[in-house]
Amino acid sequence: MSDRVTVAKTYKLFIGGKFPRSESGRVYPVNDSKGRFLANAAHASRKDVRDAVVTARKAFGEWSGATAYNRGQVLYRVAEVLEGRRDQFAAEVGAAEGLSGRKAESVVDAAIDRWVWYAGWTDKVASVLGAANPVAGPYFSFTVPEPTGVVGILAPQKSSLLGLVSVLAPALATGCTAVVVSSAERPLPAITLSEVLATSDLPGGVANILTGRAAELGPWLASHGDVNALDPTGADVATRAELAREAAGTVKRVLAVPAEEPDWTQRPDIARLRRYLEAKTVWHPMGV
Amino acid sequence: MPAFEYAPAPESRELANLKPSYRPFIDGEFTDGGGEPLKTVNPATEEVLAEVGTASEADVDTAVKAARNAFEKTWGPMPGSERAKYLFRIARLVQERSRELAVLETLDNGKPIRESRDSDLPLVAAHFFYHAGWADKLDYAGFGPDPKPLGVAGQIIPWNFPLLMLAWKIAPALATGNTVVLKPAETTPLTALVFGEICQQAGLPPGVVNILPGAGDVGARLVGHPGVDKIAFTGSTEVGKLIQRQVAGTPKRLTLELGGKAANVVFDDAPLDQAVEGIVNGIFFNQGHVCCAGSRLLAQESVVDELLDKLRYRISTLRLGDPLDKNTDIGAINSAEQLTKIRELADSGEAEGAQRWTSPCPVPDRGFFFAPTVFSGVHQSMRIAREEIFGPVLSVLTFRTPDEAVAKANNTPYGLSAGIWSEKGSRILWTANRLRAGVVWANTFNRFDPAAPFGGYQESGFGREGGRTGLEGYLDV
Repeated sequence: MSDRVTVAKTYKLFIGGKFPRSESGRVYPVNDSKGRFLANAAHASRKDVRDAVVTARKAFGEWSGATAYNRGQVLYRVAEVLEGRRDQFAAEVGAAEGLSGRKAESVVDAAIDRWVWYAGWTDKVASVLGAANPVAGPYFSFTVPEPTGVVGILAPQKSSLLGLVSVLAPALATGCTAVVVSSAERPLPAITLSEVLATSDLPGGVANILTGRAAELGPWLASHGDVNALDPTGADVATRAELAREAAGTVKRVLAVPAEEPDWTQRPDIARLRRYLEAKTVWHPMGV
Repeated sequence: MPAFEYAPAPESRELANLKPSYRPFIDGEFTDGGGEPLKTVNPATEEVLAEVGTASEADVDTAVKAARNAFEKTWGPMPGSERAKYLFRIARLVQERSRELAVLETLDNGKPIRESRDSDLPLVAAHFFYHAGWADKLDYAGFGPDPKPLGVAGQIIPWNFPLLMLAWKIAPALATGNTVVLKPAETTPLTALVFGEICQQAGLPPGVVNILPGAGDVGARLVGHPGVDKIAFTGSTEVGKLIQRQVAGTPKRLTLELGGKAANVVFDDAPLDQAVEGIVNGIFFNQGHVCCAGSRLLAQESVVDELLDKLRYRISTLRLGDPLDKNTDIGAINSAEQLTKIRELADSGEAEGAQRWTSPCPVPDRGFFFAPTVFSGVHQSMRIAREEIFGPVLSVLTFRTPDEAVAKANNTPYGLSAGIWSEKGSRILWTANRLRAGVVWANTFNRFDPAAPFGGYQESGFGREGGRTGLEGYLDV
């Protein structure tokens, strides 16, 4: 028993596999569910968003070009590392969401299982959503799903880990790369997830996690020409309309999401995988 | 040049059963529209074909209400197996009246009768047949058990394939249990209104299909109407962006099929004569009024001269003129406005330093015509390499390596279609894998089938039409 002073942590962003401070130098205080100060988190800026999009675009070729088997292995590795940090996540999720120990643990377990579920989809989604098209002519015609590209994600505001995993994992499983804005009030599990991603064989830039305000950073993601899809889950309803208008400038895919944050403990379906995939149809004549 | 001239072989325009006036189709009846009537013109002769009533704001309301009523009372509750039979009936009626519809389409649109007869109409019927079969099998479409329709679909279609685009929109919407209000293009409303007759003949319940002719204002009212649950639009990227902006913040679902600037990539091992046929089909089919037209030819440097010689010779044999003549390859540009746009973009090609070659074919004095034109020495920064021309104008660029071909092909905000010409299968698949386009034709071009999903990446829009994937746009999943 001593009066040991804990080592307080300085939280940073996760961009391109590295942990930079916000270019703006801004931070904001993060409190637990009872209003007690936990830490300062980096307050990401427009420039941070742009840096993250650039690195996500750069990573897209390698990640989407990797074999589905390889992507599944890498994503499963994330689940393994998550499992290893189960207690830390339970403590952080408990503090952020005001959950008791048992409840927080069950949320973390669900998040790990969710990651495993999506990891297993990488090499199955093409056979479920693709097709050999029975066209009326001497042609071989087939349709394959391909990743849409760089996805901008405004993560759920309430569910700090399970919600985040439920929106990030499907984007990565399709072969997309992502720029995520975490829950503003509950960002610490997202930052710890960044540390998991950084140590899980995931190539740098495939997932980038920014802490900050969805309403401030969302419009930059929505209007960015190098972002191909936008998940506005974490934006409030009024902001979503503005984001959708911004997104129209580049004919961006904007996910239709429910007004209220869904119950993430429900069993997911493949809707989120479908929305990040483009169908490519290839034709070739048949004959000798 | 051919040794013998062809004798004229005109199809009879009497087959079109052209009437002096046409009216909007609302709630199962042809009714006088409250909008300013428009006159639709034969682009090959500039003669007025018919007067067409257009929809007023009140007509849009009435049509949406009729569609809602039909969705709630007849079409929505009807078992899929019964909906299927209506769609099969429509498909058969289209087949039975296909000569009439083909001639009418050619009169109103200006496309060669050979294309409306052999390409458009068979595909229209095929789309209704294909989707008819889905109506009672939606549980097996891969979206979970018993997927629900969205409700009332507002659909806006372009003038380049008037009846085919109608079929692409209406068939999947009805198969999945939605009702529709469709606005055909201002310059080509006639076949859509005859389709209203077909709905009557099929005994389709009133309100399931409503057709509202008119200009952009009718489309905008439809897009903004609170009683519409889904908007499906095919047309320019510019208008698509306006619609996406207008729909933003509403619960309406949206699919967009927009413009393109497709690359036709010809490798040095390609069968050149076949490639020439594919390039011609890719850019001169329907006068180049095709969103997925192969408007950029990317030829490997070592074969570009030989390819261009063959291409120019082949193009000079194309017959331009009376669309109703069965020997016509290239018909009329759909409107004076479109002709002006094509001329302006072609002139910009010359002004920016590309070499222009135009087919020496005779051009009629009357009507809107534009002779097939090829630009060589085109750079990626030129307008003719970046902007959609939507006319019979081909831009030729070159490349040295497969990587360069892919980089250049992908270097536009569009991503609708692409072509690849090579004898080497592994090279075709390598290239197809890397091209950011929704449809890739290898050693062929402009193939369509209701079983094969069609649609774009990036600014060519979102959503697919055709196949299992195409059903998604009309289901709440």
